[in-house]
Amino acid sequence: MSHTATATVDSRLGRFARLCWRRKAASIGALVTLLVALAALCAPLLAGHDPNEQDILLQFAGPSADHILGNDSFGRDVWARILYGARVSLTISVAAIALAMVVGGLLGMIAGYRGGAVDRVIMSIMDMLLSFPSLVMGLLVVAVLGASMNNLIIAIAFTAVAPFARIARAPTLAVRQRDFIEAGRALGYSDRRLMFRHILPNILDEILVLGSLWLATAIRTEASLSFIGLGVRPPTATWGGMIREGFENMLDAPGLVIYPSIAILIVMISLNLLGDGLRDATDPKLRNE
Amino acid sequence: MLLYILKRLLMAVPTLLGVLTIVFIVVRIAPGDPAMVILGENATPAAMEQLRAQLGLNVPIWQQYLNFMGSALTGDLGRSMITNRPVLAEVGRVLPYTMELTVAAIVIGVALGLPLGVIAARHRNRATDLVIRCVSLLGLSFPAFISAILLLLAFSIQLKWLPVIGEASYADPGQRIAALILPALNLGLIMVAYITRVTRSSMLNVISEDYVRTARAKGVPARMVVWRHALRNALIPIVTVIGLYLGVLIGNSVLTEIVFNRPGLGKLIVIALNSRDYPTLQAMLVIYAVMIVLANLATDLMYGVIDPKVRNQ
Repeated sequence: MSHTATATVDSRLGRFARLCWRRKAASIGALVTLLVALAALCAPLLAGHDPNEQDILLQFAGPSADHILGNDSFGRDVWARILYGARVSLTISVAAIALAMVVGGLLGMIAGYRGGAVDRVIMSIMDMLLSFPSLVMGLLVVAVLGASMNNLIIAIAFTAVAPFARIARAPTLAVRQRDFIEAGRALGYSDRRLMFRHILPNILDEILVLGSLWLATAIRTEASLSFIGLGVRPPTATWGGMIREGFENMLDAPGLVIYPSIAILIVMISLNLLGDGLRDATDPKLRNE
Repeated sequence: MLLYILKRLLMAVPTLLGVLTIVFIVVRIAPGDPAMVILGENATPAAMEQLRAQLGLNVPIWQQYLNFMGSALTGDLGRSMITNRPVLAEVGRVLPYTMELTVAAIVIGVALGLPLGVIAARHRNRATDLVIRCVSLLGLSFPAFISAILLLLAFSIQLKWLPVIGEASYADPGQRIAALILPALNLGLIMVAYITRVTRSSMLNVISEDYVRTARAKGVPARMVVWRHALRNALIPIVTVIGLYLGVLIGNSVLTEIVFNRPGLGKLIVIALNSRDYPTLQAMLVIYAVMIVLANLATDLMYGVIDPKVRNQ
């Protein structure tokens, strides 16, 4: 019947597409992420203009040979601001996730290794933290601490600690029962040595995969906070802050909103591709899918 | 079932106490004097003293904690520093707008996400599946404020199909619905991406179970196997994710309300932020957290409804 005919075409097309998807999606994600990081690192070389240089004659100027993405409401170069904004966004997000990984990973490992009351206390605090909407929690922390780069890192890390604690605890519980830990204990190894030299290497994969997935969330949170007006203070360029400024002048110059949005989307999509690929590669349940 | 409900209700009590404690701590981690932060450095000592008294900051910290917990548990979340009205009253005034937005988003999310996820799982690794997965990944990548701005640019400003921000009169039901369409689509489509993804993977897990094969073997039509037998058993992880997603949904609704200039909790938060109205912010965080704890409770109860095994544990 027609169903089988479409099925063969569909599956042949699908097999080809799957091959491209599996192999390439994650690598493209990794490549684009690397390129963006590189562009952020080399911002002074690639920008061509000072991101804070104002030229009122160029207010809302459209793209030109000298200013390839045009100029904003202060006549600042949009391309330069996007490049420099990448530095802020990436620094904050990477630092926040690294902090959450270390703190959350340690807490989860201790909870899983110690078990009993320690486990119950740590994990119920983590469960409570999960009861807060992360944007509103981040917003309150920044509002209370003041909007600075360090405080944004702390606020975003705070909203991401609980998932890392959870992901670190589960495999620690499993690894703890294994013979080699028992053997280590019999040899008189200290708890610290057992945790860091023997358990950590076994659970690191899962923590790192979660880290790559959460990096996208951190970038989104940073951009959202900046959009609300709680980002690193102006005139420092941030992607969310640029969209905030552009939003006020959206009718005159939609590009001011669209270009930084595209920058955020490129990073978000490539990080999600990378994270998905890594997760598929490390999850045995999905591997033979 | 009644026993199950009671047990779950009791388990929510320590969570609620813990959540209130966390809010108390977070608001007080600020270095320096909150009265000075609010009034600025040039405030007179008398004014600062008065504000401290008004905020209840002139007593020892443990007493502040007991006062906070006591009044929060009796439903008193303090007064707005700006309007001097109870925060709960302000929230009650705008809550319907946020509720209609989030409910509409959940309806869109489930109505589109569930079937798309099932279709993707049925056509696993074929072109259909791949297209659905790509679209869902795209949806997951959009920060809510960006998708909101793009929808606004496209449909209100370029095409002029729907009203531009801030023009709607909410007393008029027609205009109220028209003003709801874009914001609800914005929140809903992001939710579709989440639900599609979890439905797909949950269905894939279930489809390989023995009872699905048995149903097929005894000649139950494939359509029926998928939609009746498999989906029912795939629902638990899906309900879990919808419950977990509530936190994201709340964050996204704040951003959506800001972009579309809608009345609601999000706008209340922004006004409080701009006027450094910390009591309101603190109360809003409590309200959101309580909402999420209650939603988790509802999720747990849903498990009981979906899966008799859970009920009888």
